[in-house]
Amino acid sequence: MTAPQVAPEQTPDVEEVPAADRPWVTVVHNDPVNLMSYVIWVFQKLFGYSRDKAEKLMLDVHHKGRAIVSSGAREKMEYDASRLHAYGLWATVSRD
Amino acid sequence: MFRRHGDQCVARFAADEVAVLRQVASEVIGLLSENFDRDDPVVERLFPDAYADDVEQAADFRRYTEGDLKTAKIDQAAAVLAALPSSGGAVVRLDAEAAEAWLRALNDVRLALGIRLAVRDDTDLLEELDEAVMRDPTSARVRQLTMYEYLGVLQESLLDSIASGAL
Repeated sequence: MTAPQVAPEQTPDVEEVPAADRPWVTVVHNDPVNLMSYVIWVFQKLFGYSRDKAEKLMLDVHHKGRAIVSSGAREKMEYDASRLHAYGLWATVSRD
Repeated sequence: MFRRHGDQCVARFAADEVAVLRQVASEVIGLLSENFDRDDPVVERLFPDAYADDVEQAADFRRYTEGDLKTAKIDQAAAVLAALPSSGGAVVRLDAEAAEAWLRALNDVRLALGIRLAVRDDTDLLEELDEAVMRDPTSARVRQLTMYEYLGVLQESLLDSIASGAL
């Protein structure tokens, strides 16, 4: 038995989304100084998130080292990152 | 420590607390104005690169945002100084806007101190303080650790009193 011959370039890969179609995201990174309660408060204040959602994001940042806090157009992500910097959070912009 | 009083966040500070707050706020202003040094780890932390893997984009972002961010951070540290007497104790009453400025300014000074003290996630502050006191109770490190601890509790109390009102 031999495997059916399929040219590699014809193999469909449904998981692969072209870079241009992936949204931009704002990522907040863990740091050892910011108070947990402060980070929750900033997420609520800047993004209008519920207490539960803000707390979950804060815990993701704390335990996983980082969390995506917003996604959308690149300009908006840069705006979000600059606002987070104004509150002393460590934020970066990237493609999802 | 701050408490909620009607529309205001109110705290009574002893003379030594006023002196500490004036000192740390002044230091941040100095760091962001005449002593501004992009290579200072504190400056790197207060002005993080927005693009982790792209030097050019990070530089572009900085070009557009750094001036405003610097001004905002100087203004909020100045708001702390503005609410305090030049010496002696004081009762400080902050409206919503001033309370937020203080909150962000206290965060900045804690970030700066945290970098200087090399605070990490697993740092046990009380243990660090004990060790530092054993080595030399009059050292700068003992003083900085004490300030860092105090400023954290103060910031938490301000956050609580902001959150407890309809500010």
